[in-house]
Amino acid sequence: MRVLGIESSCDETGVAVYDTEKGLLAHRLFSQIAMHAEYGGVVPELASRDHIRKTLPLIEEVLADTALTTKDIDAIAYTAGPGLAGALLVGAAIGRSLAWALDIPALAINHMEGHLLSPLLEEPAPEFPFVSLLVSGGHTLLVDVKGVGQYELLGESIDDAVGEAFDKTAKLLGMDYPGGPYLAAKAEQGIADRFVFPRPMTNRPGLDFSFSGLKTFAMNTWLDTEQTDQDKADIALAFQTAVVETLAIKCKRALKRTGHKRLVVAGGVSANKALRNKLDAMKGVEVFYPRQAFCSDNGAMIAFAGAMRHQAMKHQDVPSFTVRPRWPLNELSPP
Amino acid sequence: MNILALDTCTEMCSVAMLKNGELFEQSVPTQRGHSEKILGMLDEILAQANCRLSDMDCIAFGRGPGSFTGVRVGVSVAQGIAFAANLPVVPVSTLAAVAQRAIDEHGAENIAVAMDARMQEVYSALYQSVEGLAELSGEERVCLPEHIQLNTEQPFFAAGTGWKEYETSMTTMFSRQVNAMDNELLPTAAAIAKLALKQAEKGNTLSAEQAVPVYLRDNVAKKKGEQ
Ligand SMILES: Nc1ncnc2c1ncn2[C@@H]1O[C@H](COP(=O)(O)OP(=O)(O)O)[C@@H](O)[C@H]1O
Ligand SMILES: [Mg+2]
Repeated sequence: MRVLGIESSCDETGVAVYDTEKGLLAHRLFSQIAMHAEYGGVVPELASRDHIRKTLPLIEEVLADTALTTKDIDAIAYTAGPGLAGALLVGAAIGRSLAWALDIPALAINHMEGHLLSPLLEEPAPEFPFVSLLVSGGHTLLVDVKGVGQYELLGESIDDAVGEAFDKTAKLLGMDYPGGPYLAAKAEQGIADRFVFPRPMTNRPGLDFSFSGLKTFAMNTWLDTEQTDQDKADIALAFQTAVVETLAIKCKRALKRTGHKRLVVAGGVSANKALRNKLDAMKGVEVFYPRQAFCSDNGAMIAFAGAMRHQAMKHQDVPSFTVRPRWPLNELSPP
Repeated sequence: MNILALDTCTEMCSVAMLKNGELFEQSVPTQRGHSEKILGMLDEILAQANCRLSDMDCIAFGRGPGSFTGVRVGVSVAQGIAFAANLPVVPVSTLAAVAQRAIDEHGAENIAVAMDARMQEVYSALYQSVEGLAELSGEERVCLPEHIQLNTEQPFFAAGTGWKEYETSMTTMFSRQVNAMDNELLPTAAAIAKLALKQAEKGNTLSAEQAVPVYLRDNVAKKKGEQ
């Protein structure tokens, strides 16, 4: 069975085809980052305007890559939330209408479930159950995953998401949007332990996070220096180390609490090398990641989540589409 | 020629089919429910006309202006259907659709369409009835009601919701020219189908991925230097 996946929740248009027998057949992505960078952040209206120009051309490319036609597609999966309402609506409308016209099932996919399942696209794929750490620009979640759709929220950020904290800190250090990857690169030139940042919410029990204080700490530290390039690198490193250690401490706790032996990390920040090194060093735990290209938003994870859900699904296909800009993972149920 | 038409650009959700000259149509007022309604309405109109998608020659759609989200829902649905069914599309202006209704329902000859554009502005354009079909004279614009330029000395029929939202300022401005008015007229898919027919007959169709919105309002954000 082949599923066409469409992702348009934020500033990336992604399209892919996943085959339940042969795996991922093709994927294409168009990133709007360069456009939004001129505005210093994502402009929702411009994001929507771009998705509607890019989605069909990407679908055509993916079909050409696989030498398939629309007739060879068995179901359409599209991101229905969480994300920007206007951006989501474009992918949802195109995806649902394609399915309507082709008379095949349509699957409204939760974007976070897409991220959460994305490491299953890799070999070896983690088996259920596992603990999932979702770290992106909009979310920081620890989830107990027992199967597709069986998600128990263990912890989340009470303020800024990790990616957001990276981006805001990068911005105050004068880096372009989105600054996460630039900050990570700068940290490589940093001198360890010159500055020490707090590890928020680690000295009390619980699995929630708070990252907004780190950005303020970074700001005050920055203002106290002469703001040389080395100061910048040292602060970047201190910030990143604090974030990485905080995430690692909470992951360990979550694994202990659930008794699981597998940790799955996904979302844009899972591309971060320091984070990967730290988590890989944990004893008695197998750690799984998506490939670099699928850490941030992409169509492959949506096609894959669609395939997982479709295989087990009893269909009641209503000819309509709605999006949910807010859609917590724990409201999902198994297919 | 068989045309399936849809429009979700305004607070009307509307579908229609022209089946060899016979018109089927359905419209429901809706503020935000277009995405939940439109495909079901298309199912109904196909059933009513006893047709299948594969019997169609093209898909016509309201390409704007209107609510940004509404315009995109309609264009996206048209794209998806046309791409899947391998059909060409015909984009039609929502302002022209309003003018067409003024011609069909009021026998109007010169029509000044004004549609509420939010942010204290209106979308406007001037049309003439040419062989019973609305033809644009000049261009479509978005501006403050007091900046409307219709570039005509002739009396005209005032059509569209802009004439209601800004009734006092606009009717005063054009008091010598407005000879009749219907300020409730919204675009419908039936009017869109009718306008699309002429284009389709002339071969003026596009492929699915060329179906794009016309927003008229394009300065939606400020770049870093301008902030
Ligand atoms: N190497 C990296 N180190 C830290 N943060 C990163 C890295 N690469 C990407 N990011 C961050 O990941 C986020 C984007 O991830 P994504 O999953 O696309 O988020 P969202 O979908 O919530 O916008 C951005 O905040 C970006 O700065
Ligand atoms: Mg994401």
